[in-house]
Amino acid sequence: MPPILEPRLSEIIAAHLVLEGPLLPILHAVQAEWGHVPPTAQGPIAAALNISKAELHGVVTFYHDFRETPPARHILRLCRAEACQAVGANALAAQTKTALGVDWHGTTPDGRVTLEPVFCLGLCACGPAAQVDGRLVGRADAAALLAAVAA
Amino acid sequence: MKVYVPRDAAARALGADAVAAAVVREAALRGMAVTLVRNGSRGMVWLEPLVEVEAGGERRAFGPATAADVGAILDGTSAKALGPVDDLPWLRRQTRLTFARVGVIDPLSLDDYAAHGGLAGLRRALDMTPAALVQEVTDSGLRGRGGAGFPTGIKWKTVAGAPGPQKYIVCNADEGDSGTFADRMLMEGDPFTLIEGMAIAGHAVGATKGYIYIRSEYPDAIAVMTEAARIWVAARVSPGFDAAIRVGAGAYVCGEETALLNSLEGKRGVVRAKPPLPALEGFLGRPTVVNNVISLATVPVILARGAAHYRDFGLGRSRGTIPLQIAGNVQFGGLFEAAFGLSLSQIVNDIGGGTATGRPVKAVQVGGPLGAYFPVAKFDTPFGYEEYDKQGGLIGHAGIVVFDDSVDMLAQARFAMEFCAIESCGKCTPCRIGAVRGVETIDRIAAGDATAIPLLTDLCDTMKDGSLCALGGFTPFPVMSALTHFPDDFARHRKAAE
Repeated sequence: MPPILEPRLSEIIAAHLVLEGPLLPILHAVQAEWGHVPPTAQGPIAAALNISKAELHGVVTFYHDFRETPPARHILRLCRAEACQAVGANALAAQTKTALGVDWHGTTPDGRVTLEPVFCLGLCACGPAAQVDGRLVGRADAAALLAAVAA
Repeated sequence: MKVYVPRDAAARALGADAVAAAVVREAALRGMAVTLVRNGSRGMVWLEPLVEVEAGGERRAFGPATAADVGAILDGTSAKALGPVDDLPWLRRQTRLTFARVGVIDPLSLDDYAAHGGLAGLRRALDMTPAALVQEVTDSGLRGRGGAGFPTGIKWKTVAGAPGPQKYIVCNADEGDSGTFADRMLMEGDPFTLIEGMAIAGHAVGATKGYIYIRSEYPDAIAVMTEAARIWVAARVSPGFDAAIRVGAGAYVCGEETALLNSLEGKRGVVRAKPPLPALEGFLGRPTVVNNVISLATVPVILARGAAHYRDFGLGRSRGTIPLQIAGNVQFGGLFEAAFGLSLSQIVNDIGGGTATGRPVKAVQVGGPLGAYFPVAKFDTPFGYEEYDKQGGLIGHAGIVVFDDSVDMLAQARFAMEFCAIESCGKCTPCRIGAVRGVETIDRIAAGDATAIPLLTDLCDTMKDGSLCALGGFTPFPVMSALTHFPDDFARHRKAAE
């Protein structure tokens, strides 16, 4: 079901309009509220900021963080960057992909987990690093990660 | 009794929250009056979570601690005891100027901050004329710690001389380089230092507003900085200057200063052509200082102790100290602040203790995903901007990623191109298209096509010379260093294919 946007969307927009460069803060707030940036929210945002829908679409799609569809129940992010590669990130990614049956950016058919790559979580001395629903994990192993997203 | 359990993201990722909860629980069970402080990390990541117990004016360290260890730590019977924290060799060997307070104080206590030397720099700065202040920072020899190495004082002078009713201090906290976490640790462990540095910069150039652009991958840093900025403003520490936090959205290229400014303005994080310099036409087209976290956070200690004190550390044109981040496959990984000039061998073998796997070191990537891979044969290179430049590399943000002999350097070169393709902002062709072609060309080499090697070299030249910013321009560093120093890894694939 599409989320019911109003009156919350108007509140979010109004709360940020005083900022210099309000668009990213608005998009973050919208995604925090609904888990994604619903396409139906984009018209009102563009109108409030006096930018075209095309320009807004360009911004939403430029940044890896913003999604236009709802995510799975869990978001599992695995670091793919060099420091984590040095301690087995590629093997961890391969194991996780096999176990979940998805590739990067894929969601399991039951809507349980979305697997996302991330390039550095700043945990480079205790890799491989992962993030489960926002919680950071150092020296991650596949079994523990899979258990964390099992339900 | 005071007990310290870090709130640093690395410590938390290794279980510090459970340890902190156990401290509260076990202290209550014992009827002990314990004050729990969530400090920053001392930087010894292999010992995290590192618990410190303060009694009799001395802090004793225990680690790596689990919740199950806490009872014995409180009872004084723990086998994880490491002795007085200040006596640990890893800390004793450092010259901590920028990171003097990180891990020591409660990051969100202004009293603790002031009691450990905080605000002394700002007080001195406010007694100086802006021109004298700019001169002091110039004299310190401080250069941009984000990687470009541009003299901080010169940048400030340009902004100070630029006309404009509103100027800005923008802190680049989009620390996306793999192997780097100094910005994160500083923001989580001593956030007021950064704000103090920005306030000093504001006085120097006539800016009243500052923004700290933090990458979204750093939720803990965002939380600590946001709270610190709120406390700073509420306490009216620098009434003429305030700093606000902005959060990135997962684009690596926004670590490039002009892309960052576009992102801050709410646009796609696309690189701008220079000129105009951000110093003259930056955020919203107004004069803007864009400095890295470590550059700004080093300013207070320079002011507090004087330019000469800072400048006297270092070598050549690399003055002062650099927070090295030792990462990847290394036994003792973490943050080590030292004067410029250490050799890679000292950093990787003596300080880092070699690889965690115990296998020989094969390559070390210095300076993030756009930095060169160094073979062991170049381990005598002293750590400095010009010294690395001469070796076909860069120090970048001083991240050092260690690989053992199981690493395939062709795969690393391919990854460098793949990363560039994923993260390219798309503005210029050599980066946007070149990176994609780079992956394909390396795949041809892997499949045994030797004619693709000169093509790769040529492509790297084009990317280097034809890209607007460091993403396309520096991706050739890891690629060409891998090809030059580890030719066997590019030939072996040929043999396998034959």
